[in-house]
Amino acid sequence: MSAPAKPILRPGAEAIAAKGWLAAHKWLLLRRASQLGILLLFLLGPWFGIWIVKGNLNFSYTLNVLPLADPYVIAQSLLARQVPEKLALTGAAIVLLLYLLVGGRAYCSWVCPVNLVTDFAYWLRVRLGLKGSAHISRPTRYWMLGMTLVVATVTGSIAWEMVNPVSMAHRGLIFGMGLAWAVLLAVFLFDLFVMRHGWCGHLCPVGAFYSLIGSFSLTRVKLPARSACNDCMDCFAVCPEPQVIRPALKAIDGAPPVILETNCTNCGRCIDICSKDVFAFGTRFNSTVVPVAGVASAAPK
Amino acid sequence: MDTESKPSTAARRQFLAGTARMACGVGLLGLGVGLYARHARALPPAAIRPPGALAETDFSAACIRCGMCVRDCPFNILHLAKPEQPLSTGTPYFVARQAPCEMCEDIPCVKACPTGALDHALKDINKSKMGLAVLVDHETCLNFLGLRCDICYRVCPVIDKAITLEPQTNARTGKHTLFIPVVHSDHCTGCGKCEKACPTEIAAIKVFPLYMAKGQLSSHYRLGWVEKEKAGGSLVAPDIEHRYNMPEGMTYESGKGLSSDAVPPAPTSGAAPGSATGLPKALQGGKL
Repeated sequence: MSAPAKPILRPGAEAIAAKGWLAAHKWLLLRRASQLGILLLFLLGPWFGIWIVKGNLNFSYTLNVLPLADPYVIAQSLLARQVPEKLALTGAAIVLLLYLLVGGRAYCSWVCPVNLVTDFAYWLRVRLGLKGSAHISRPTRYWMLGMTLVVATVTGSIAWEMVNPVSMAHRGLIFGMGLAWAVLLAVFLFDLFVMRHGWCGHLCPVGAFYSLIGSFSLTRVKLPARSACNDCMDCFAVCPEPQVIRPALKAIDGAPPVILETNCTNCGRCIDICSKDVFAFGTRFNSTVVPVAGVASAAPK
Repeated sequence: MDTESKPSTAARRQFLAGTARMACGVGLLGLGVGLYARHARALPPAAIRPPGALAETDFSAACIRCGMCVRDCPFNILHLAKPEQPLSTGTPYFVARQAPCEMCEDIPCVKACPTGALDHALKDINKSKMGLAVLVDHETCLNFLGLRCDICYRVCPVIDKAITLEPQTNARTGKHTLFIPVVHSDHCTGCGKCEKACPTEIAAIKVFPLYMAKGQLSSHYRLGWVEKEKAGGSLVAPDIEHRYNMPEGMTYESGKGLSSDAVPPAPTSGAAPGSATGLPKALQGGKL
């Protein structure tokens, strides 16, 4: 802010200056560790013969005790008029509960392998200075979600799984890629050249499904020090769903200082990037507007 | 979908237009996905589902493409379909010619299935119906050519039930026997061991999905000999002993047919089928 000589201050420069590089990338690093770690857990079996987790994101069995199933796939199966065995239903229930705790679209930012692809596309888009972006409204994903459910009902098959880039990517890495890489490349190029945050932010029905869970989920990004905001806009620059920040940050219509918007992916990048420590993880409850304009400098962490 | 708080006509029009645009766009995509899914309904001939797999239409609704069956197959014969392959992406299959089902008695693949797309009611692997073996090529099957290859018959895990060797006259030589491998659908599990073991360059016996391999009689058909047995006697007219009227010097042997090089000229009136005594054991219907 104070240096007008520099024309463009890359988002995060202030935070790095204020908190150090590590603290300004804490949640990003943890998130990458989670994404890659989960992938590695799945790959330990086929690559090294260490069978901790079997299966893939649609259904997995951990140490032969913990079943986990994707409730979205199970929902499609039910709509296609097949009732799965107890193991899959239990797995889906456990996953539902898990995301009710950690936040619906935490799946997108902490687990989904496609996020690595689209995040890379966005990073490159910024680096290359690509400005233009096609316009499709963000709620399109709910139409996509509805479409996949209707198609499952009408065709009596889990049709979306035939083309779903998310499960295709994960299954491909674990069971053999085939031409799934081409689908992933298409998603990458779409995000890079056609549309900013195109796939994850506008179209993906898997994310849309998990965002519905997010309507009730416990863990949320809070803004305990929203009055400390200096309008640097860094959080808007890094957020994959920037529209979720404004109501809570600017207290639109007296919104509480917590991001309740269901499409927040709980990625925590805003927490990293904010030099004023406006953001922090918390629960959706007890969001009384405590810090008034007087509290300026270091907000309690 | 930017709805405005004040519903002005312009805003409403914009909202409706936006909604229509999105519905149509996504609808088109859905149509594509739906049609694509319909295409994958019919299993391609070379792909065989694991034991206990539900009928293809139910399978595509019940299988969540997790690959647990693939993991628990001790012989690693199962694969998950890749997107470019002509069956539902991510669903399990095996190719008999590459690696057939080894018919594990405890059927671990079925146990591993979390949804029941592989039916947990299947407890006896010999009851599974993964497909049906068909001796497709009568021109290259070595037994059809007169050899005693018999490999498909010998490797069959349900030997003498799923495949039997049926003796037939070798019309080419006129004096040899062809041992024709015949598949019996009530016992064939479709494991594919016969196809794997067939020694010809391209297998003469192949396993196909049931819908391709199995015919079906019209419902009004009755098998006379079965009905006769049920009724305990002929249903239409009393049985008449069949007599052959042979030309001079000709004999008739069951299986071999009419021939002139017969040796015993004694019973000129011919014998009833099956009662010929000089026949090789196999020709009398004995097991080999």
